[in-house]
Amino acid sequence: MSDTNTGLRRVSSNPHVRSGVTTSNIMFWVAVSLLPAAGYGIYRFGVGALIVLALSVLSTVLSELIYEKAMKKPVTVGDLSAVVTGLLLGMNLPSTAPWYVPVLGGIFAIVVVKMLFGGLGQNFMNPALAGRCFLLISFPAAMTRFPLDAVSTATPLAMIKNGESVNVLNMVTGNIPGTIGETSMIAIVIGACILILLGIIDLRIPGTYIVSFAVFVVIVRLLRGEGFDPSYLSAQLAGGGLMLGAFFMATDYVTSPITDKGKYIYGLFLGLMTGIFRMFGTPAEGVSYAILLGNLLVPLIEKCTLPRAFGIPKPVKVKKTGKEADEA
Amino acid sequence: MANRTFFGGIHPPEGKDLTKDKPIKTILPGSELVYPVSQHIGAPAKPVVQPGDRVLVGTKIAEAGGFVSAPVYATVSGTVKAIEKRRVVTGAMVDSVIVENDGQYEEIEWPVMKPVEEMTTQEKIDLIREAGVVGMGGAGFPTAVKLSPKEPDKIDYVIANCSECEPYLTSDYRRMLEEPELLIDGLRIAVSLFPNARGILAVEDNKHDAAVLLREKLGNDPAISVMEVQTKYPEGAERMLIYACTGRKINSSMLPADAGCVVDNVDTLCAVARAVREGRPLMERIVTITGDAITDPRNYKVRIGMNYRDLIEDAGGFVTEPAKIISGGPMMGFAIFDLNVPTTKTASAITCLTKDEVARLEPSACINCGRCVEACPELLIPRNLADAVEHGQEERFLAEYGMECCECGCCSYICPARRQLTQLIKGMRRIQLAKRRK
Repeated sequence: MSDTNTGLRRVSSNPHVRSGVTTSNIMFWVAVSLLPAAGYGIYRFGVGALIVLALSVLSTVLSELIYEKAMKKPVTVGDLSAVVTGLLLGMNLPSTAPWYVPVLGGIFAIVVVKMLFGGLGQNFMNPALAGRCFLLISFPAAMTRFPLDAVSTATPLAMIKNGESVNVLNMVTGNIPGTIGETSMIAIVIGACILILLGIIDLRIPGTYIVSFAVFVVIVRLLRGEGFDPSYLSAQLAGGGLMLGAFFMATDYVTSPITDKGKYIYGLFLGLMTGIFRMFGTPAEGVSYAILLGNLLVPLIEKCTLPRAFGIPKPVKVKKTGKEADEA
Repeated sequence: MANRTFFGGIHPPEGKDLTKDKPIKTILPGSELVYPVSQHIGAPAKPVVQPGDRVLVGTKIAEAGGFVSAPVYATVSGTVKAIEKRRVVTGAMVDSVIVENDGQYEEIEWPVMKPVEEMTTQEKIDLIREAGVVGMGGAGFPTAVKLSPKEPDKIDYVIANCSECEPYLTSDYRRMLEEPELLIDGLRIAVSLFPNARGILAVEDNKHDAAVLLREKLGNDPAISVMEVQTKYPEGAERMLIYACTGRKINSSMLPADAGCVVDNVDTLCAVARAVREGRPLMERIVTITGDAITDPRNYKVRIGMNYRDLIEDAGGFVTEPAKIISGGPMMGFAIFDLNVPTTKTASAITCLTKDEVARLEPSACINCGRCVEACPELLIPRNLADAVEHGQEERFLAEYGMECCECGCCSYICPARRQLTQLIKGMRRIQLAKRRK
């Protein structure tokens, strides 16, 4: 189309074509891939779970909308990132949480963690996880009550911490107490497969995370003289928020390193921290804090793992011979 | 060692079906031909004709302005009308020789050539220089300079860049199918300039039929082989192609010769063959006229200096008014203001698109997804470089290897936030290059 004033055509810099992938369709698919686990949570924990999830998503989306309106900033809820945050936050809450828990968590996640730091892409912590930790500290009782079929019981992770045995098969399918979205390993892995097949995430971070965590657990057990126990290890892998955290929160683009080497280092760090928290800490769980700590290290990791550009030779360390050293 | 591919890269829609099965059509220019004196990298050529002079096909109208430069020849017979500034594809106004075409196409008397086998290396290079041959893939570096490196015995490979990775373009492909002997002859001549060199015809594997044909025409030539490289953009970028063919890596401050390689594009090698064998200067090239806005997209054999409007007209004009016209392909081509520009030595295509996907795109916040990092063939972190540019951090830009960018456009293509990564990085590179020249 030519500009009527000058008779010249509109131009722009190359390239003149773009791929079909956009931020909002990435976020859409992340939300879709969370549905198996969320759906299982609703099926297992009932309508309470649905209400918590709905409140959480509403809270995050409305917080973003109202904040942007109030601050006269462009409205960005269309990128669907607030939906993903709300869904993840809700999945990290117990189905029995009172209404104000998801609502306050959503507001904290969006307003304090995301918008105050500049909005999408600028937050240095995963908003959903930071929201969860805020709630854990503020409402410890409501956040750690996990009834299953109307009976409040300890989570499998708490049980193995006390040396009790657990049914690993139930942990894989999700027939255990826990937060809405974390219990079913199968449902989480199905969702993760969707993201991997779509090329939205890859195994560099979650793979390194899970493997390094497993290795750490095995080594600590061996050093403690407790021997190698496959069922204990399986329970550690399937239990708590490890799978949900590894596939859906450690892979959060904004708060994980962009460099190739950085992704492995980050995964390794998360594995070790989760291992330390779970094996030596007082609470049975450690995924959330491990990932939040990891988030803080991301700028440093990226700085230390900047790749050399193509064709740039490795810097050669020149050993000074005696003569050159003298001349110097 | 050949890898047949490189790191990163993307797979944009090819768009080659529009033109790939149609034979090249030879077209005669209109009444006015425009010859910019700068159709190459290096010093502009100096006009050697005056308004009113009569020129013939093959008359030199501008001589090389230095060692790194190239002469320009008339491609029609007629009268020099003027020497004045005219707009070229980049939008710049460049001194140009304007020739009024008399429609006779009267040629100069071509020199009698001695057989190529009896020529010395220097004689061949002089012929190529005199013919005004430059890299016709887009860069326009004078070919004679490229073919005379400091240490010719250290050149191991002469690579014919037949990859044509740019979407929509099929001019090299058609040339390979229709004039394979000419291309092979050009490559043989180039190889003969170096005592230890072998020739490689590097063809992307989506052009398998061309590779088969070239192999057949080569026969049993131990000095030249056809290598099918993986179809991926930007396979034809010089540094990527050298890596794909030989496993050797060069950076932006090195020349292909530093890795023992010389890379020349298809049209360039054809021009080399004609310069050395027939003494004919570079006067024509193949141009792809394509895009969904063109009625009859196809390849043309075009005389340099011909107006773009006449080419579009011959291709049946526009189906609908195009939203964007690009000189070259959609990944690396220039969007053009105005169709009233001449075909130059480096003009490979005119792509006319009905949809302008880009000009009105609103960039949004970077989500740090890393797609630009995965796609960058130079192993850069485009996000960081664009950040550095936006914040005016020149030192950071340089420290993070911003100057290594080859401006291929992969990062912008792939960015889900629609950030103008290539544009930002390119802008800063221009600033830095200008500073270096000071």
